[in-house]
Amino acid sequence: MAARTRLAVDIGGTFTDLVLELPDRTLSSKLLTTHHAPDAAVIEGAKAILAEAGIAASALELVIHGTTLATNALIERKGARTALITTAGFRDSLEIAYEHRFEQYDLYMERPAPLVSRDLRLEVTERLAADGSVLLDLDEASVARTVETLRAQRIEAVAVSLLHSYVNPAHEQRVRDLVAAALPDISITISSDVCREIREYERTSTTVANAYVLPLMAGYIANMQSGLRAIGAACPLLLMMSSGAICTVETARRYPVRLVESGPAGGVILARNIAARGGYDRALSFDMGGTTAKITLIDDFTPQQSRHFEVARAYRFAKGSGIPVRIPVIDMVEIGAGGGSIGRLDAMRRIAVGPDSAGSDPGPACYGRGGLAPTVTDADVVLGRIDPTRFAGGKIVLDAALAATAVEGGIGDAAGMGVAEAARGITEIVDENMASAARVHAVENGKDTTGRTLIAFGGAAPLHAVRLARKLGIARVVVPRDAGVGSAHGFLDAPIAYEVVRTFLVRLDQLDQVGIDSLFAEMRAEAEAVVRFGIPVGDLVETRTAFMRYRGQGHEIAVPLTGAGLDPAAMRAAFDETYTKLFGRVIPRLEVEALTWTLALSQPFTLPVQQPVPPDAGPAHPSGTRRLVESATGEVVEASVYTRTDLSPGMRLHGPAAIVEDGTTTIVPGDCSAWIGHSGEIVIEGDLP
Amino acid sequence: MTSAMTNLGKNERSISEIELQIMWNRLLSVVEEQAQTLVRTAFSTSSREAGDISAGVFDLNGRMLAQAVTGTPGHINTMARSVGHFLEAFPTAQMKDGDVYITNDPWKGTGHLYDLVVVSPTFLDGRLVALFACTAHLVDMGGIGQSPEGRQIWHEGLFIPLLRLARAGEMNEDLLAMIRANVREPVQVIGDVYALIACNDIGGRRLIAMMREFRLDDLDMLGEEIITRSRRAMTEAIGKLPQGTWTNSMRIDGYEGPIDLVATVTIGPDSIHVDYTGTSGMSSYAINCPICYTEAYTTFGVNCVVAPHVPNNAGTLDAVRVTSPEGTIVNALYPAAVYARSVIGHMMPDVVYGALEQAIPGRVPAEGTSNLWSLKMIAGHGLTGIGSKVGTQFMVMSFHSGGAGARPNQDGLSATPFPSGVRNVPVEATEAITPLVIWRKELRQDSGGPGRQRGGLGQIMEVSSREDAAFGIFAGFERVKFAARGRNGGGPGEKGRLSLASGVELKPKGLSVVQPGERLVVEMPGGGGMGPAGDRDPEAVRRDVRLGYLSVEAAERDYGVKVE
Repeated sequence: MAARTRLAVDIGGTFTDLVLELPDRTLSSKLLTTHHAPDAAVIEGAKAILAEAGIAASALELVIHGTTLATNALIERKGARTALITTAGFRDSLEIAYEHRFEQYDLYMERPAPLVSRDLRLEVTERLAADGSVLLDLDEASVARTVETLRAQRIEAVAVSLLHSYVNPAHEQRVRDLVAAALPDISITISSDVCREIREYERTSTTVANAYVLPLMAGYIANMQSGLRAIGAACPLLLMMSSGAICTVETARRYPVRLVESGPAGGVILARNIAARGGYDRALSFDMGGTTAKITLIDDFTPQQSRHFEVARAYRFAKGSGIPVRIPVIDMVEIGAGGGSIGRLDAMRRIAVGPDSAGSDPGPACYGRGGLAPTVTDADVVLGRIDPTRFAGGKIVLDAALAATAVEGGIGDAAGMGVAEAARGITEIVDENMASAARVHAVENGKDTTGRTLIAFGGAAPLHAVRLARKLGIARVVVPRDAGVGSAHGFLDAPIAYEVVRTFLVRLDQLDQVGIDSLFAEMRAEAEAVVRFGIPVGDLVETRTAFMRYRGQGHEIAVPLTGAGLDPAAMRAAFDETYTKLFGRVIPRLEVEALTWTLALSQPFTLPVQQPVPPDAGPAHPSGTRRLVESATGEVVEASVYTRTDLSPGMRLHGPAAIVEDGTTTIVPGDCSAWIGHSGEIVIEGDLP
Repeated sequence: MTSAMTNLGKNERSISEIELQIMWNRLLSVVEEQAQTLVRTAFSTSSREAGDISAGVFDLNGRMLAQAVTGTPGHINTMARSVGHFLEAFPTAQMKDGDVYITNDPWKGTGHLYDLVVVSPTFLDGRLVALFACTAHLVDMGGIGQSPEGRQIWHEGLFIPLLRLARAGEMNEDLLAMIRANVREPVQVIGDVYALIACNDIGGRRLIAMMREFRLDDLDMLGEEIITRSRRAMTEAIGKLPQGTWTNSMRIDGYEGPIDLVATVTIGPDSIHVDYTGTSGMSSYAINCPICYTEAYTTFGVNCVVAPHVPNNAGTLDAVRVTSPEGTIVNALYPAAVYARSVIGHMMPDVVYGALEQAIPGRVPAEGTSNLWSLKMIAGHGLTGIGSKVGTQFMVMSFHSGGAGARPNQDGLSATPFPSGVRNVPVEATEAITPLVIWRKELRQDSGGPGRQRGGLGQIMEVSSREDAAFGIFAGFERVKFAARGRNGGGPGEKGRLSLASGVELKPKGLSVVQPGERLVVEMPGGGGMGPAGDRDPEAVRRDVRLGYLSVEAAERDYGVKVE
């Protein structure tokens, strides 16, 4: 991260954001995403922002890029024509999935169709046992038969996932070599390479998802590279991964599935840096846009990590309704709660909000594009939190009367509430929904939300952040500058890193230290080969984790392995400590086992230095006043209105206030005050009730 | 009632309204956290993989205010009734902080000895404010094991009456020692007991935090509102249905002979009564079903159709009333063996749907496999061999399902449970802890009942041992003799079958031993079809053939569609 002239690009579903970092300043811009050729907007935007900065493309030292393209290809089913090669007898694993109804009470529930239909799920004769020994040799004639089908069906990408390949990848590798020799143009992903973990359905699903997006992503990355070269940028291109780290083009081409949700991951990296600058060692990142909100725990400036993620949840964001992928990810809880989320009354005449959204077309009723259902944005307009004339920098003029009509018609009349109360009901319920999800997520990780600092970004977050914070027992909220392009900012702060995983079931009392050491040595070599593409020389930081459980349990917990030694007693102590933290108490007299091991290798990175609170620069000057409704009480108050660009570090203000900027409005309730930090962030503080 | 509710001025009614709704949501979130804790810490596969658990919060009168939505409907209402039994045995006046109560009484708990019910009182500033209850299915409870071959309750293992598990924070070590001595997997069973305690603890802690935040001294008013509104929602939902009485019957395999399940559904102005008069009597074996479990699955089946979005609580408990004469197999009495009560219980929605189809046509699915086809496999002394000839000893349970019934406008789900909500166990996970090899696990061609909408497909699994040793299977399979029937002209699903690869057919219920070198073949049933097969879109038939769900022969025979 030594380079000083760097460009970060985030391609989202609607907008492509660019941030250009120069030695002395930072510029940002926003363009509409060009869906037919996403690199087009990037190149256009890059040319424009470089011109604005007055520098040549050749001056760029690094381009860092994150994208939702892989995610969108999975959601919209627009990936390659993909086939699966699997062990005879198991081609339906991908379709049978968990044999589960994720929506208990819905008789009409459908599971998402597999990415590869049954006629393209091909079988080879072979079989390994759970210990990796060969029960049936690989029948190469059966591989040859699948090659014929691949050719006849004009398959572009192949996923190979054989049983127990996480222990012994030999058969998968042989299949790969045979297919590659016969069909050199086909792209091949093998499961022992992309996800070397036990549990056949999830491993196969991950492998298929990788194969499915691989040709598309490889082509797109190549276009991007040549486009950058064409405008004169000869610098390296790095890509953001869902883990919050960045990788080289080579890694991204091989493991494109690791790029899903890379945009939101960038936002969390931004939040981590804000936390470091403010010295907030227990933080909560809160990103709320038009359709969903994403919340992440950040402890000691490290975002919560996970190894399990679901892409394209098709059914009201229900767990189990998406495509499982086992990759390193920043652990975000995603809630169907955004500005476009629709409010209605349920059978008990309770207000319910989301997860369905009005989207951007027709959008909230106040957009005046034919939307009739009351949304969170409509409620915010009714409550006076959004100034209809200054939404999106005044580019879209909102119709407050339409917002009121929708809220009244959709909720107020039927519930016997006035329009303001109904609007407050919508915002209170959506805030409560987000708070509940955050709380359950914290509990699942043995953590608590109270006493943290909430870091809010995304178009809708600053409107709801303080109220959400109160519900979570949080007294401090930080709204970073330029919150609208937060993800791209985060890319600039991400380290180059890579994580490798292995399944190796071993009882702690029978731990073979030599075996584990050689396992880690192998993992280190694999990770280093990847990371050294980006960092040819210099120190690397290694993190080892064991996923452990009591023998007989079905869920493992992530136990950090510090220090070089793998002494069973120390591992047991680390397990006990983690288990106690998660569940309150250990269970006496039970054996402990480790199932999965991970090794993460990262470029050493230094967090930003903590900044002092700037000296008091006196009260900020409001540009006007506005009547708005306080969330907590429902009272109408006269709030001061500030223009964000007028505020400078050290300025102070008191609620009730609305701080307006192009992308959003920050609401400071009457019982809070705020000050501006060195980086232009708004820090809102107040006593908890 | 609370300081949060004062100073409300002219907006008092509606502000209280919003606060109330938020507190209700919060209470649901509390029991959700409670349930999550149990799933994450439990040992038995049925709890942790299948979510066969339950968690809820109760007021001091034993009225359930909120229950987590978990993997199994088998605990709806049963746990709610169970807490009433605890309150009779342990009056609230005598409860102390740190007390924990326990039972596995099938008739006062949830229907068999394998489910433990644990109840913990919660105190706020020294005052009792609520009770938390939870249940989980254990790895073992001793006795004959997870087999339907028991004939009396005493065969089935350790019976724990309503007892104190902890007294003011002090564990009842005598009881724990007794449990340890009576079960096959003592550490795991005791681990589950601890998980149940932790689950209630988390619930209690969250509730106290919530009451402090909202400045609540008790749950009286909140509880009253939750109950009233939920009841009103049920009344409204039922009010939209035609009133009247409809009857349906369904014949299933049973154990020693076929069993007729007969349901008479009466829809009244504000409640639904399901009566099982006419149903066969009890069995000598362990497929008997206590009425509490019958009630749970009946209520679940009805709610899926009538009011899927109304949460379960004391307000909805009596909206669906379930009765059956004592001594019928759905109201089995002590001391009947009840371990495999799900054989009967899982059939309740199918029986009720046959009656509901007459009342409200076009909303219910055709009959499905309904009963789980879980593989309970074992190797051990006395069962599969003698002494050292047994090989590696193990006991493993993996959940699997046949096909579900076709829906009015959709095909049935293949290899998917209904009404149970379990998840399967990965093949690799089962093989990692046993010497078993599962050679095949795939959808079973032609097993879905023909129809305008096709029934869901069953699946086929083949299992052998890597060792030169026998293994056993505790079968408890239905739909082997009597298929899941189609509806409105749809054909039946294919029947299930248990056999050896060598061709020998095995009995569908009870222990069978698979000798070394032999391969067990499990063919799971398909769901029934909906509507005449001739009405199916020929394009859909051709797609089914292309994907191998349907053979060319069956396409012509059942649908009259020739595929080249």
